[in-house]
Amino acid sequence: MSEDVILRIKRQENQGARARWEEFSVPRKPNMNVISALMEIQKNPVTRQGDRTTPVVWDCNCLEEVCGACSMLINDRARQACSALVDHLKQPILLEPMTKFPVVRDLLVDRSRMFESLKKVRAWIPIDGTYDLGPGPRLSSDDQQYLYEFSRCMTCGCCLEACPQVNSRSPFMGPAPLAQVALFNGHPTGARNRTERLRVLMGREGIASCGNAQNCVEVCPKEIPLTDAIADLNRQINVHGLLGMLRR
Amino acid sequence: MSKQRVIVIGGGLAGLSTVMKIAEGGVPVDLFSIVPVKRSHSVCAQGGINAAVNTKGEGDSPWEHFDDSIYGGDFLANQPPVKGMCEAGPAIVFLLDRMGVPFNRTPEGLLDFRRFGGTKHNRTAFAGATTGQQMLYALDEQVRRHETEGLVTKYEMWEFLSVVLDEDRVARGIVALNLASMEIRAFRADAVVIATGGVGMIFGRSTNSVINTGSAVCSAYRQGAFYANGEFVQIHPTAIPGEDKLRLISESCRGEGGRVWVPKDPNDKRAGQDIPEKDRWHFLEEWYPAYANLVPRDVASRAIYRVVFDMKMGIGGEKQVYLDLTHIPARLLDLKLKGVLEIYEKFMGKDPRKVPMRVFPAVHYTMGGMWVDYDQMTNVKGLFAVGECDYQYHGANRLGANSLLSCIYGGLVCGPAAVRYIKGLKKTADDAPSSLFDVEKSREDTAFSEIYGMDGTENPYRIWQELGDVMTENVTVVRHNDRLKATDNKVQEFQERWKKIKLPDKGKWANPSASFTRQLWNMLELARVITLGALARDESRGSHFKPEFEDRNDEKWLVTTKAKYAPGGPIFSYEPVDTSFIKLRTRKYDTDKNAGNDSASASAERKEVAGHV
Repeated sequence: MSEDVILRIKRQENQGARARWEEFSVPRKPNMNVISALMEIQKNPVTRQGDRTTPVVWDCNCLEEVCGACSMLINDRARQACSALVDHLKQPILLEPMTKFPVVRDLLVDRSRMFESLKKVRAWIPIDGTYDLGPGPRLSSDDQQYLYEFSRCMTCGCCLEACPQVNSRSPFMGPAPLAQVALFNGHPTGARNRTERLRVLMGREGIASCGNAQNCVEVCPKEIPLTDAIADLNRQINVHGLLGMLRR
Repeated sequence: MSKQRVIVIGGGLAGLSTVMKIAEGGVPVDLFSIVPVKRSHSVCAQGGINAAVNTKGEGDSPWEHFDDSIYGGDFLANQPPVKGMCEAGPAIVFLLDRMGVPFNRTPEGLLDFRRFGGTKHNRTAFAGATTGQQMLYALDEQVRRHETEGLVTKYEMWEFLSVVLDEDRVARGIVALNLASMEIRAFRADAVVIATGGVGMIFGRSTNSVINTGSAVCSAYRQGAFYANGEFVQIHPTAIPGEDKLRLISESCRGEGGRVWVPKDPNDKRAGQDIPEKDRWHFLEEWYPAYANLVPRDVASRAIYRVVFDMKMGIGGEKQVYLDLTHIPARLLDLKLKGVLEIYEKFMGKDPRKVPMRVFPAVHYTMGGMWVDYDQMTNVKGLFAVGECDYQYHGANRLGANSLLSCIYGGLVCGPAAVRYIKGLKKTADDAPSSLFDVEKSREDTAFSEIYGMDGTENPYRIWQELGDVMTENVTVVRHNDRLKATDNKVQEFQERWKKIKLPDKGKWANPSASFTRQLWNMLELARVITLGALARDESRGSHFKPEFEDRNDEKWLVTTKAKYAPGGPIFSYEPVDTSFIKLRTRKYDTDKNAGNDSASASAERKEVAGHV
């Protein structure tokens, strides 16, 4: 294996600009990840062919796979660049921006649509206020563990990237916000406005658009049971629809 | 007065809890953040949050928590705000519980609490080993709720550049940079809150996130806000090395029973898990029988330095010791520590359920920060600071799991204080002439066009790397005056080299090189505050350890360091510490904290480390 790491990076000045590919070579170091390769390029932004270029623009923050910022396509798979170890990747390593979000520049994309979805599905517990009102509801350890699984979602966007139903022709909000509905509907206080959330999911952006391709669970870096959540929400909606009819 | 509003800069735990309180008070907030707030550095906090709820019948109390915190901070913190924080602890954890933070539970369904360093009580509530992330998400959700109701406006991917000050030096707004369009704009506000976290990036690689440059804080410092206790930087004893960052391995590992050790023979060729108990040296347990693996971080880091550098006892002669969880059932580990186990697995490729982890100390937390009064207001009127970027709650050393508490508590104090402050104003930001904002904006415009014009030979990222290496080598666990002097000279050389930077990217759209170059200057300014503050303080206290002055010197140094900006370098002044509740006593961890005032053993601990060169 060569001493150097070769990266092929898709570069794009902005959303409207034409993309181009640039190739870089950086010295290999032990336990190196894709981020440290990109940092090497910052210090010496010269392509493998010897042409001076600009440092690559990418998004990152925590570098330990809890903030969700550094998602990108690495050898065609949506994942975090921080936890992508170079030794485990086929070379040249292909880096591209995720395709389901507008490109800001190079590998940096704008994921605001995911945060907008969290507003739509009312992903919060409607507490009365921040005053001292004593402890929250008691939970069993099993229930806590169930909620915790969903609560680890970093809004990283990998599941939207992998989902064939998320595309420019569809209003589908994608798996991540659906799983957040499962989270808040599963909490004793959050369940009080369960119906509000389910109603949103019954619209065109919601659950009916899921094609059950199951790609989302495969790419989720936190192994969140996204498809289980969607199945469970389907059940909840059926119950909700039934109750709605009875009320009429 | 209905048009009054507050600007909060930074959307981590402190910023978001401030925003939540202000919005709850019915006042509109503009929230600025470099990153979408849900990606703030608070996500990295792993182990938990302290609150003396005493659910385990151990006789814990907020006073006990207060005493542990003051003692752990080596008496440098002003005591009244720390007392307030510890008293508020239980209510804060219950509030987070109501917001849906999935804290681990006892069999009865109550909140579970675990042990952390520097205490003998199970006082730390936790959500797996990603407590900071879970708390941040809960606050992010509450703030999003206010956002949909129109009280909060988010400016994400905007970088704060400077405060707009009127002729009376009162804050009337800010100037900020849009990190996509690179547009610079002024914003009006009746109060400005800085909640931008710590400064770990000054040390190059640390456990901090890449946004933790301290640049925002430094801008305010350059505009006249005091920076206090800069020399107090926490070195966490257990992190894993990486080319891009040093990843934290939470203290909760030791709280759940993890043990630190090295092979008795540093040349032992066996894998860690194959070395039998009799050939392992548990040096923390031997040296500190009262607290063992749960001594505070400064003590543990010094001990590891002593083992590795003075005694040459690191694993295989390397800068590494073992942190061992393998004796704990995997099922329990997954329930309580999963997040941190995953980090070790993903980044080191080994399963810490089966093999002991290899760790080493790393820069972790900024105890120093912006000087604030008990209402979180800086010496600049209308400018507040809260969270890791203030200096208020941790003295000379922070206890584990007190940071999340201080972030939330600071916000709960700061939000209402900011609202009170603006209600009392005679003139509002809307009354201020637009020229005020134009002048500050054009000052920043000029600064950026100068950066865009930089056409020298130096690369900003290389200077940053060199800064980090120099600071880490000389201004962390062990400090010597001659080396601190040399480090300050070196930083001034970096400042000269900064002027010879060639901006590697002249693009006018989404250009991180330009904003990083500006941040780098601010890191250099703060590096001098940290280094010179350490040089001046001729004593050893908490995280600040000088072999030449190995004892705490309360006669001379029981004072808060205050740095005031001047173009030639910081000017220091000192103010006394409020110790009105708990009497000074010697801090030591080989015996119980109330064992008496015999100073011999504390000084012995320091002497033993002093040999490290």
